[in-house]
Amino acid sequence: MDHFPTNWGRPRNDAFDAYGTYPISQRPYNGPTTDAFSDGIQHTQQPIVTGTSVLAIKYKDGIMMAADNLASYGSLARFKDIQRLHPVGNNTVIGAGGDMSDFQYIQALLDQLMIEEFTEQDGHSLGPSEIHEYLSHVMYSRRSKMDPLWNSLIVGGFKDEKRFLSYVDLLGTTYSASTLATGYGSYIAQPLLRKAVEGNEDVLTEDEAVKILEQSMKVLFYRDARSLNKYQIAKITADGVSVSESRSVETHWSFAEGIRGYGAQTQ
Amino acid sequence: MDHIDMHRLKQGEVNLGTSIMAVQFDGGVVIGADSRTTTGSYIANRVTDKLTFLHDRIYCCRSGSAADTQAIADFGHYYLQMQAQTLGSAPAVLTAAAIMEKMCYQNKDQLSAGIIVAGWDKKTGPSVYNIPLGGGLFRQPWAIGGSGSTYVYGYCDATYQEGWGKDETVNFVKNTLTLAMSRDGSSGGCIRMCVITEDGVERKFIPGNELPKFWEGKEVLGEATQKALAAISAVSDVAPMAVEV
Repeated sequence: MDHFPTNWGRPRNDAFDAYGTYPISQRPYNGPTTDAFSDGIQHTQQPIVTGTSVLAIKYKDGIMMAADNLASYGSLARFKDIQRLHPVGNNTVIGAGGDMSDFQYIQALLDQLMIEEFTEQDGHSLGPSEIHEYLSHVMYSRRSKMDPLWNSLIVGGFKDEKRFLSYVDLLGTTYSASTLATGYGSYIAQPLLRKAVEGNEDVLTEDEAVKILEQSMKVLFYRDARSLNKYQIAKITADGVSVSESRSVETHWSFAEGIRGYGAQTQ
Repeated sequence: MDHIDMHRLKQGEVNLGTSIMAVQFDGGVVIGADSRTTTGSYIANRVTDKLTFLHDRIYCCRSGSAADTQAIADFGHYYLQMQAQTLGSAPAVLTAAAIMEKMCYQNKDQLSAGIIVAGWDKKTGPSVYNIPLGGGLFRQPWAIGGSGSTYVYGYCDATYQEGWGKDETVNFVKNTLTLAMSRDGSSGGCIRMCVITEDGVERKFIPGNELPKFWEGKEVLGEATQKALAAISAVSDVAPMAVEV
């Protein structure tokens, strides 16, 4: 019943629920959905399914990168067959640590980008430095919106006879060196990588490069509680990109057999 | 210090992440543990011995805060030495378990300790006592504990049988701990076991590279180049105006 005479004889407005007939969730609302404070709403996430360290070095023929096959869910080793090294075109590989869903989004973004560039048919293709520049803009702009892509990325590649190796992360920070590492790798592996590689970038052979990466992955498996002894090595040279099959390092434990207790215990 | 959060380790405190278990069988008990001690996600010790001597035929497995469980075990060891001296004979496993439980229960607010006490004594034979976080005492034919145990409750429930001999029990412990260590980031390294019987304590050790192998995810084959472009060329009904590869 409409009590308001000015409404009599005029079209009915169902958008107005005068008697509260409908429960709150079903009442029609045609007003504004944002208020003056909408811009202050934060979307900062926390990483959920995560990958750990990525290592990368420059060597004689190009770049080598290593990352294990684990995606953890907190302390749970949840997915053990994840490839965290992603080739982009013929010249670049991205290695990612941090949130794996954000990495999947980045992979899709880059694949899309490469397809668009291909369709231009202008004789150019995107190389590692362009990919890195693009990603650093994406990462920084997301950070500035307080909605980061929660990753630490290493971009490595070989184009026009030049090696490229750079880092970009969730804050938009970038840097470049002949050895790079993310996560625990930056504490544990970096000193080992630097010792072996710095000064020797142009003479380090492929076998030596593999060896130093293996040694570093071994120490990381010993000391990083979020790592897995199943990893891949990507190689980018003048011949293009190749990502190896998974492999594992040999670990040593036999010395521990005689250890007893934590103090005075002998049995 | 504004706010004490009981659920977080104190600065610098070390966690015994852990997978521990103890199983009773006809002639004795088999106790086992992994060998990893973590501070956050750093592995502070990858070769820890979590099987702690309390008396000649009584051991305990420690999980939770390394400091708390070491202190409790040290007290337990001391009290049992006194007890054995005054009593004139080896103490019962229940006695050891009750001593540990008393400490865990009466200091429950300050402690973060999950302990399994197991062993053999003349009166009862083999027994296993689980003392989880609140300081309760629970006798069980088999007990699992530590952060890794959550992943293997199903496996243990499905696999355990009464009436096993020593070898089957050792195998059960080995497989269970391997599965727990494989999924729990806070557990890993090697497996240490003790078989405690009337005749003595036999230590067993399985190095980290000789653990049984279970499913470790799919085979990961390397991905070659040009994933995206390969997809385009695979679409045969679209003839591009010009192709530059």
